[in-house]
Amino acid sequence: MNTPGNTRGDAVAIRGHELTKRFTRDKQDIVTALDRVSLDARHGELTALVGPDGAGKTTLLRLAAGLLRADEGTLTVLGLDAAKHAQEIQNRISYMPQRFGLYEDLSVQENLDLYADLHGVGAEQRKQRYPRLMEMTALSAFRDRLAGKLSGGMKQKLGLACTLVRSPDLLLLDEPTVGVDPLSRRELWSIVSGLVEKEGLSVIVSTSYMDEAERCAHVVVLHEGKVLADGEPASISSRARGHSFIATSAKNEPARTLQARLIDREDVIDAVPQGGRVRTVMRAETAASIPDVAFEPVAPTLEDGLMMLLRKQIDVAPTAGAAIDLADQALPDRSETVIETHDVVRKFGDFTAVNRTSFEVKRGEVFGLLGPNGAGKTTTFRMLCGLLPATSGTLLVAGQNLRRARAEARQNIGYVAQKFSLYGDISVRENLDFFAGAYGLRGARADERIDWALENFELKKRESSPTGKLPGGFQRRLAMAAALLHEPQIVFLDEPTSGADPLARREFWRRISSLADHGITIVVTTHFMEEAEYCDRIMIQDAGSMLAIGTPQQVRDLAGDSDRPIATMEQAFIAIVEKARHQAQAQDAA
Amino acid sequence: MNAPSDTIVRSELPAQADAAAARSAVSWRRLRALVTKETRQLLRDKSNLMVGLFLPVVLILIFGYGLSFDIRNAPIAIVTDDTSPTALDVLAGFYLSPYFSVTQPTSMHEAQQLMLNRKVDAIVHLQSDFSRQLAAGNATIQVLVNGVDANRARVLQAFAQGAISQWAIKRAAAGEVSAMPVPAVSLQTRLWYNEANNSTYFLVPGLIVLVMTLNGALLTSLVMAREWERGTLESLFVTPVNSNEIIISKLVPYFGVGLAGLAMCLLAGKFLFAVPIRGSLLLIVAISMLYLLVSLSLGLLISAATKNQFLASQLALITSFLPALMLSGFIFDLHSVPAVIRGISRVLPATYYVEALQTLFLAGNEWGLIVKDGAVLVVHAVLLLVLTRLNTRKELA
Repeated sequence: MNTPGNTRGDAVAIRGHELTKRFTRDKQDIVTALDRVSLDARHGELTALVGPDGAGKTTLLRLAAGLLRADEGTLTVLGLDAAKHAQEIQNRISYMPQRFGLYEDLSVQENLDLYADLHGVGAEQRKQRYPRLMEMTALSAFRDRLAGKLSGGMKQKLGLACTLVRSPDLLLLDEPTVGVDPLSRRELWSIVSGLVEKEGLSVIVSTSYMDEAERCAHVVVLHEGKVLADGEPASISSRARGHSFIATSAKNEPARTLQARLIDREDVIDAVPQGGRVRTVMRAETAASIPDVAFEPVAPTLEDGLMMLLRKQIDVAPTAGAAIDLADQALPDRSETVIETHDVVRKFGDFTAVNRTSFEVKRGEVFGLLGPNGAGKTTTFRMLCGLLPATSGTLLVAGQNLRRARAEARQNIGYVAQKFSLYGDISVRENLDFFAGAYGLRGARADERIDWALENFELKKRESSPTGKLPGGFQRRLAMAAALLHEPQIVFLDEPTSGADPLARREFWRRISSLADHGITIVVTTHFMEEAEYCDRIMIQDAGSMLAIGTPQQVRDLAGDSDRPIATMEQAFIAIVEKARHQAQAQDAA
Repeated sequence: MNAPSDTIVRSELPAQADAAAARSAVSWRRLRALVTKETRQLLRDKSNLMVGLFLPVVLILIFGYGLSFDIRNAPIAIVTDDTSPTALDVLAGFYLSPYFSVTQPTSMHEAQQLMLNRKVDAIVHLQSDFSRQLAAGNATIQVLVNGVDANRARVLQAFAQGAISQWAIKRAAAGEVSAMPVPAVSLQTRLWYNEANNSTYFLVPGLIVLVMTLNGALLTSLVMAREWERGTLESLFVTPVNSNEIIISKLVPYFGVGLAGLAMCLLAGKFLFAVPIRGSLLLIVAISMLYLLVSLSLGLLISAATKNQFLASQLALITSFLPALMLSGFIFDLHSVPAVIRGISRVLPATYYVEALQTLFLAGNEWGLIVKDGAVLVVHAVLLLVLTRLNTRKELA
């Protein structure tokens, strides 16, 4: 293995100078993806690209990979001009696009072999390399499995393994952990950071997880094609110094309610629930004007710094206009149970996807389903929506037994699928018309509901745009609007924030909070563990079994003990899942 | 064990010359890896095999047994109001001919009904005073042909005339008075190359053209587009792979499928339909390989340019399969089509392939023609491959 990077004695792996890249959209509309971006990424270090959707992260990585050419400016990659020597650069680097191009009809081993052959890795090198890759990715048991049959996390790990069949001089990773559960995410990062520390690998990674960016030596914040900030994580988080607080309600409000109250204020920059309280970013003097809340100053995080930077750019609260206006119903009876499952089992052949699961959800609750990839969340979800019959056990949804009255139950539920499931060729309005019709809404009633949806989801301006051409954020909003047209009592959302940037996620949760306030029950899955803090109760599943259920506080308490209390949901989640896996292994061994 | 291009790039400063070398060189190891990958994908995707191997079989059966332009046992009605031996003698020609299957309605009215209901294609009518007219030297036989299908009508008309004039010649030879003028010079027509006027003989070469077109263009039109749609090219591009390797690796496995289709057609032609092969089998295979390359390149070009599987498959059908079926001279004779259509068909590679194949099958090794057709196909192949190469740049739009 050669020692990468030092062959030419360059200090930088990538140097961009005044890079500009424009795209033409729909023949006339010109989008400036990168606007005179200058940056350096040093050798042997992790450099993170962060920023909201449309910031230009992917474009920048594609320029570095020689897949696109800059309109203006120069980009030097490993000392080579990217515009002239794309092939030489491609010979030396590895690149993992957002959707890594695994050949799904080839097996794990065949995918690896293909990339090893393409990179000219000899038989001797393979003998050393393959066992290490298999050990790092824990894929050795699945060598003969088709890549298409792997879970999302395993696919990402295989994608990474394919880029590491030899030691590249530079590794480019485009959002490698989107849709990956916390355990797989931690594994992926330990592989990458191990290579950086031990082999001096140079890595550039784009991410929407701030905790990932915080692990990098160097962070570049992009926003709408411009560099907002560039430096060590500490230098970016220090921009929020003196502005970060932990808020505790004096009125014993739930964290979600307090968070909604804070984030709706013009003078609050950011607020997210954390450990039953609310992490807030604002000017210190603002605290005095907020009643019934105690603020305690804390050290700023990278996310706080980022939110400060973004707020300077966009002078509106991320959640402005996100609260949904619902016809004020009589105060909902929150003691009523709307979902009840009892000993539910779902088998696919010999494989048990969901094993004896029982839980209840009350009206107006936000209920979170958490679990690693392949834990049985989606299966549970589909059974609750009446899309998949249970093998045994009972499911009552909105008072209807799903065994007997699936159609009636469906009238009362809204479902937002994980994948984009709207019609891309037709306009926003036409999609809403279609879904209104599908739910049996007609005439004036349908018009009224569609107007409500356009209004409350800020889709009015894009009413006649073709859905497929909308930015991701709008598509997600439209999907949610469509699911709410028939005023369901219960809304199911499957990984609604996967791939969404921090601003979009705040906006999304503000909507969820306001729905819950109006007595609508929410069932949601997510891979962002901090989002579990918005939930009233959560359930953790792994390998089809229920591992924990309760309020976020109860789950954290369950995971830790009095000596080592657990602070974050992510730690709690990992601890609970690992403990269960160890027990299962011990049982198997016995 | 490193491929030479890798070690060069790693250890030395890349100069312009190296860049050019890296771009044009084809590494056998990478090519082998890519071909293996394509072949695996081809074999695992059942829909490929359906189009590549099952469809030719279906086409062979349909074209061989279902589709025929021959007229045999054409239903005709004979209405005769004259029952004299002379009249029966005339009609015997119709009864005995393999081309007609005769029904005998009792009246002209009934016969017309039969024609209207498409139960018969023609009516032969002998009036009650036919024998008397014949004796007077001005006999007429009425032949009514259903002209809806003009081609068929013309053939039937000719057959009917043939039957009657045979009778007249026979009669003249016997020294009897003929109603028909017996020409001093008798016409001896013969069909060359397809003596039996058997349409299977020219349908089988046409069938090979269709199968080669379908296998070539339709299958490859999907392969590049599929990689674009699934996002697999983005990862593949950022490796030492070059565009030439990608293109060649896509052609090789599908070339194999095309040859399998060719073999099936040739075997079916020989053993199922007993089509004569008068030219060299080797030449047939060689020209077929050339056309297969043209067809594969066209599919690949469409695929690379559209980047969308649905669009690509539609385009492939419209630009290759349908013209090969309708404009290549396979079904409709190119001498009798309007000049514009003839102009279009002159551009189509299928036209030259049809010409070469029909010649090789039915006439023999007609070198002048084969060389011309082969040269045209080579030009097409080179042009399409160059265009495909230009459309396969390692770049995202």
